[in-house]
Amino acid sequence: MPRQLHVDAIRQAVAELLVEANYCIGDDVLDALRQAAEEEQSPLGRDILAQLVANYELARQERVPACQDTGLTIVFLAIGQDVHLVGGDLRQAVDAGVREGSKTGFLRNSVVGDPLLRRNTGDNGPAVLHIDIIPGDRVHVTVACKGFGSENKSRLAMLTPADGIEGVKRFVVETVERAGAQACPPVIVGVGIGGSFELAARLSKQAVIRPITQRHPRPDIRALEEELLEEINRLGIGPQGLGGIKTALAVNIEVYPTHIAGLPVAVNIGCHSNRHRDMWL
Amino acid sequence: MATELYVDPVLSLADIGRLKAGDQVLITGELLTARDAACGRLARALAAGEPLPVDLRGRIVYAVGPTPAKPGQVIGSAGPTTAARLRPYLKALLSAGMAGLMGKGDWPPEAAGVFQRHQGVYFVALGGAGALLAKAVTAVEVVAYDDLGPEAIHRLRVERFPAIVAIDAEGNDLHRRAREEWRKRLGGMEARRAEPDAGTPG
Repeated sequence: MPRQLHVDAIRQAVAELLVEANYCIGDDVLDALRQAAEEEQSPLGRDILAQLVANYELARQERVPACQDTGLTIVFLAIGQDVHLVGGDLRQAVDAGVREGSKTGFLRNSVVGDPLLRRNTGDNGPAVLHIDIIPGDRVHVTVACKGFGSENKSRLAMLTPADGIEGVKRFVVETVERAGAQACPPVIVGVGIGGSFELAARLSKQAVIRPITQRHPRPDIRALEEELLEEINRLGIGPQGLGGIKTALAVNIEVYPTHIAGLPVAVNIGCHSNRHRDMWL
Repeated sequence: MATELYVDPVLSLADIGRLKAGDQVLITGELLTARDAACGRLARALAAGEPLPVDLRGRIVYAVGPTPAKPGQVIGSAGPTTAARLRPYLKALLSAGMAGLMGKGDWPPEAAGVFQRHQGVYFVALGGAGALLAKAVTAVEVVAYDDLGPEAIHRLRVERFPAIVAIDAEGNDLHRRAREEWRKRLGGMEARRAEPDAGTPG
């Protein structure tokens, strides 16, 4: 028998996760910033990193948004195939959760209803919603608030097999180099390799919201993550782009099989305010 | 090591001449806010020869769209947005008398010359530190383009608001200087931009 789950539970989860994500930066990022503040060689960079730590501590303590760009809300739902969702339209429930969380959490209205006409929706809806079907009878809800200072600096390339791993490395480092000071460094670099045009982009988003303490389980991919982080931190961009050794806090990579003719690579840049929360229902 | 900078409400010519890229300042006085949508409207009004709803002469414009204030707060989180997105409007705003712009991030290489030609200063505030920076804001009021919501033009009273001079009126560019110095020191990949990142010349 399928388990019944009311869509209201999903609405509530989205609203709560959205507020929490905006107020409380993850421990993974906060710890990494504290460590970076000790390791940074530039005195100005150290000072900037210490202020960022103070900002995140203040936001947690006073329960206010850590950054005024409370983002475009990205929701990932992994729905167990033995779940029967009842009580209404799932998409409407997710969007209602975004509107509710934005209102109760005093988040900024950062969404325009049409990309060309550009009128603010006034309620932060709708979300960008990605749905997966998974085994089991539970639903996993992930809410990410994506600021666009960093989103704007993301890129995708359809490389060829001949470009190989060296081509991938070059594209990733070049993307961070071009992002420079504008993406709020130290950044978190999400990389999606393989799949198709759209899957590579989605993988890069999943990579950027993976905890930055978690390395890829495959030893070769883990080594690539570490090598890229080292290379990126030699760019000299540094905290806020004012010079130093802490340009990125982590490089997270996700991979997927691809076509014999292709090597898609997407790089999703996350600012240091890399906000996401998740829960099981 | 930060020096006090009073903007009440204009940035004086003496201060413009004194400020050098790399200087850390604590700004006390009045700022106007404008980001993408408001700057676009201002630039279009200027191009059409229409009067502006605010006098930009001598003023510092802070590129910010704050979150709504919670009960008991003066303003919500109020950190800077990426300034380089305003590149298409920069020349128009400086020509209208804007003396300073505050945001986050670097500019395409030619922008420093635009600030220099108009004797303008670019300040950076700490990107992503909206909760902390809000503490330096003592009063806020919407003065134009109310319909733009968070993108409306606000007047902010600030007290010892921390900022760094990133481009001075002589055209010195702190980001470019710091980054080149550190890249050389660390032996990193050289810039290989295939095409300029944003904006138009002028």
